[in-house]
Amino acid sequence: MPTIHYTDAAGSTIDINANVGDSVMETAVRNGVPGIVAECGGSLSCATCHVFVREDELEQLPGMSEMEDEMLYGTTEDRRDNSRLSCQIKVTEGMDLHVTTPETQV
Amino acid sequence: MNTPTTERAETGLLIIGASQAGVQLAISLRGTGFDEHITLLGEEDHRPYQRPALSKEFLQDKVDKENLIFRSQEYWDEHGIELVKGARIERIEKNTAADGTQDGSGVAVAADGTRYPFRRLALAVGARARRLEIEGAELDGVVYLRSADDALELKARLGDVQDAVVVGGGFIGLEAACSLHGMGKNVTVMEYGPRLVGRAVGEDTSEYFLQAHRGRGIDIRLGARMTRFVEGTGERAGRVAGVELEDGTVVDAQLVLVGIGVVPNTELAEQMGLAVDNGIVVDRHAVASDGTTVAVGDVANMPNPLPGAPEGERIRLESVNNAIEHAKIAAYSLTGRREEYAGIPWFWSNQADLKLQIAGLTLGYDSTVVRRDDAKGKFSVLYYRDGQVIAADCVNAPLDFMAVRNALGKGQNIPAGAAADPAVPLKSLVVDRHVQEVSA
Repeated sequence: MPTIHYTDAAGSTIDINANVGDSVMETAVRNGVPGIVAECGGSLSCATCHVFVREDELEQLPGMSEMEDEMLYGTTEDRRDNSRLSCQIKVTEGMDLHVTTPETQV
Repeated sequence: MNTPTTERAETGLLIIGASQAGVQLAISLRGTGFDEHITLLGEEDHRPYQRPALSKEFLQDKVDKENLIFRSQEYWDEHGIELVKGARIERIEKNTAADGTQDGSGVAVAADGTRYPFRRLALAVGARARRLEIEGAELDGVVYLRSADDALELKARLGDVQDAVVVGGGFIGLEAACSLHGMGKNVTVMEYGPRLVGRAVGEDTSEYFLQAHRGRGIDIRLGARMTRFVEGTGERAGRVAGVELEDGTVVDAQLVLVGIGVVPNTELAEQMGLAVDNGIVVDRHAVASDGTTVAVGDVANMPNPLPGAPEGERIRLESVNNAIEHAKIAAYSLTGRREEYAGIPWFWSNQADLKLQIAGLTLGYDSTVVRRDDAKGKFSVLYYRDGQVIAADCVNAPLDFMAVRNALGKGQNIPAGAAADPAVPLKSLVVDRHVQEVSA
């Protein structure tokens, strides 16, 4: 089963078994992972599901749309090179992804 | 004959309404250290779910019901939050001590007689779709879109539908119209008013949406005066077949979707004797007029939370963002803290290829600035009140949205002078509040 590892700003990690096809955001929210708010439910409107993807895993992910790119300029904690909106990352077969959540989303 | 009644164990907090606001209240309470038992009680037979996709991705079969569920059952179990589905509360009995005082405790009585005793009560009862009164409104095929059941019913009917009429050119109506149009239906929107989304956006934005939707082939009638829904004949007796207008013309429709706004569910509050005026009247801390009951989300009429808003100005907001932020305030109130609304209200509406994001509240605006870049398909309108930006409608322009939202959040301004030029990023124009523009 695909696994997503969510590490919060303080360094503690929660590992969640994820369903293929769900987003990394949905997986977090449904299981109550703190640090991901996702007000808009994944419709790419709010930029409150910001995560930092582990650098060496970034390339495995499909690239981001222009809309996601622009939305990332409005996140509460400033974007970095490894920033993504987790609603736009779909869980795939065999995925083993490490993300860190920012200190604050709103 | 006596109806057997069931008396549940007393709960620390009874939240009526397993809505966005109700769910957030339960979650936020656990985050603020509230350790009493919480009962989250909903009228529908579904686990608590998110509504926004019902008119969009869910209707278009892009997501299924499971994607709309807020939290897994394990989450609720682990956090000591008891979910009750399919329970409709009919009345509240407040406890009164011998000296006449009330401490906020009482019993909620459900339609089936079940009694839910509580120490504190939260009303997150939301709003219901406003019903249209017109000849033929009861015909089969005339539907509304508020709940998951509404959406499931609508989806089940679509196979037989070639022509659809959407009554109401607001957010729900236009989102659904775009969904139906995208599924190959002939769609006509009947808007009673002179422009689209008249209640939520200004004239420039209304016009932009009008042109865009007409351009994609949706027939939009402004100032539409309908006289009746026409019944089918023969095999289609009892079912809607069209919509008749004042001039006698009939627009074919095997489906009529009515989206003319909502009515706040204030009946329980009225029965409790709480102050009600276009929603349940609450103070800055989401507390109702009895001083103990909290009311959150769509149903609450609250002081305008925008920084700098005139004292005494009140508003009732229908949005996900408000449900969340308002619930957080209520969670603080229930744990003895007095916090005020944080953040800037924002709204979104996705209509086909148009992604509208609204930051702030336009209440009381006196001027606007339009930013338009047709080559990039971006369009924004900034709203001003006494020279201070108070809101913006942004279509496919997230940078504008973020710039205005952040400026409002920091109490800053984006002076109107240079804001119209889409080549200049709004972010670069931000100044501290009350800095006046100097004219050249």
